[in-house]
Amino acid sequence: MQVFDKDFLVLIGPNGGGKSTLIKLILGINKAKKGSIKILNQSPKKSFSQIGYVPQNTNVNINFPIKAIEVVMMGHNSNRPPLFGYNKEEIEHAMSVLKQVGMEEFAHKKIGSLSGGQRQRVMIARALCANPKILLFDEPTSSIDTDGQKQVYELLRELNKTVTVIVVSHDLSVILEYATKVAHINKKLAFHDLGSVRKEFATNDTHICEVELLQMLGRCKC
Amino acid sequence: MLEALSYEFMQNALIAGILVSLVSGIMGSLIVANRIVFLAGGIAHAAYGGIGIAIFTGIPIFLGTSVFAVIAAIIMAFVTMKQKENIDTFIGLIWAVGMAIGIILVDLTPGYNVDLMSYLFGSILAVNREDLYFMGALFGIILFVISFWYRNILAVSYDSEYASLSGINVRFFYTLILILSALTVVIAIKVVGLILVIALLTIPIYIAQKLSSSLYSMMMISGVIASLFTVIGLWLSYSFNLTSGATIILVSAVSLILFMLLSKLK
Repeated sequence: MQVFDKDFLVLIGPNGGGKSTLIKLILGINKAKKGSIKILNQSPKKSFSQIGYVPQNTNVNINFPIKAIEVVMMGHNSNRPPLFGYNKEEIEHAMSVLKQVGMEEFAHKKIGSLSGGQRQRVMIARALCANPKILLFDEPTSSIDTDGQKQVYELLRELNKTVTVIVVSHDLSVILEYATKVAHINKKLAFHDLGSVRKEFATNDTHICEVELLQMLGRCKC
Repeated sequence: MLEALSYEFMQNALIAGILVSLVSGIMGSLIVANRIVFLAGGIAHAAYGGIGIAIFTGIPIFLGTSVFAVIAAIIMAFVTMKQKENIDTFIGLIWAVGMAIGIILVDLTPGYNVDLMSYLFGSILAVNREDLYFMGALFGIILFVISFWYRNILAVSYDSEYASLSGINVRFFYTLILILSALTVVIAIKVVGLILVIALLTIPIYIAQKLSSSLYSMMMISGVIASLFTVIGLWLSYSFNLTSGATIILVSAVSLILFMLLSKLK
């Protein structure tokens, strides 16, 4: 499987099928037993700074006394951080990524006082902070309501104009609207380029029936 | 109170009290935010073993206790990282074993020497200049370490998974937080004692947490609130001839109840 610049790849598959394992491989937490993973032609460990990772659970430590902007600044990985505190450029950059996700007015709010969707955006801003080439999302919408989900996906589409997006999701119905490629993982990997299938299937705003979707994906034998 | 301040022991007590309040405000915030209050409590009690060793071997109490508490903290860090499922069991174990070592070693020391109660419950009026220098030095170390590694400590405390992904050595900083907690406990021994220190590490912090939006401001506010409690407690204990450590804790507890009632009314 290959993912190229500015693709929008969705990874689907049943629980225990290996989605999280693949994420860990991409992030360099686990090592591949067979085969190899190259990210921008480097091994995953070296390339972490190129990947912006947004974890599945954004509700960690809700009561922790921390401002949204401080969470974002954790995404900085400059080689030479200032001796104490944060420097001016870092704060400005953090504000600009918060603006990108539409959260600049919440920068000095306590993270626990934000809603699930807002917190998700802050996490996306944190991932964007290091100017990654690839954004990797683990179940980006599992902890937010339907309205919030749509907003997050719209944001992803916006971000997709400049970076590659990889999303792990259960939510089959939203995939077609946004994805350009789909990979199904259940021990084995089936990879689909959605570019050709999409034409047969007019997508509108309504949710697509999952059965239809699976039929359609099943039709192309890749 | 004012005429009392002309005595040197009272001046020392006041300086020691404020020093302890500031350090427990800073470290208490870190301990509460990391939700390791009982880990810190375990270290505090285990530190009694250090007092036993110091009395038995005749080395200075502060030195013996610091070294022992730091070792207890490192063991605690190691065990809790390896045995994630049984953290509470091991906290209890280290808690009790440390105390037991202290008690046995004091038993073995020939002749009866020191008032042990003063280490368990504090004896702020017995603080001398030398103690102050030692406490001041430890305070300096803690302050420097935290401000130097503030970003990493914050990252590890808030989201250790992400921190480790971005290349921060989570184990190192977790251990570091525990070691600093151990040193905090040692500083507080003379003022509130090993057993009561846990209240000083939590009550002002709870109030500060409601009033602050970042870890840094929480540390500052906790420090100020704790200093206030300590000074009031010290004054009451001097006026009514009560044990200072316990008075400080009760002042804090009553203030906490008032604070909670007031915030309910709002």
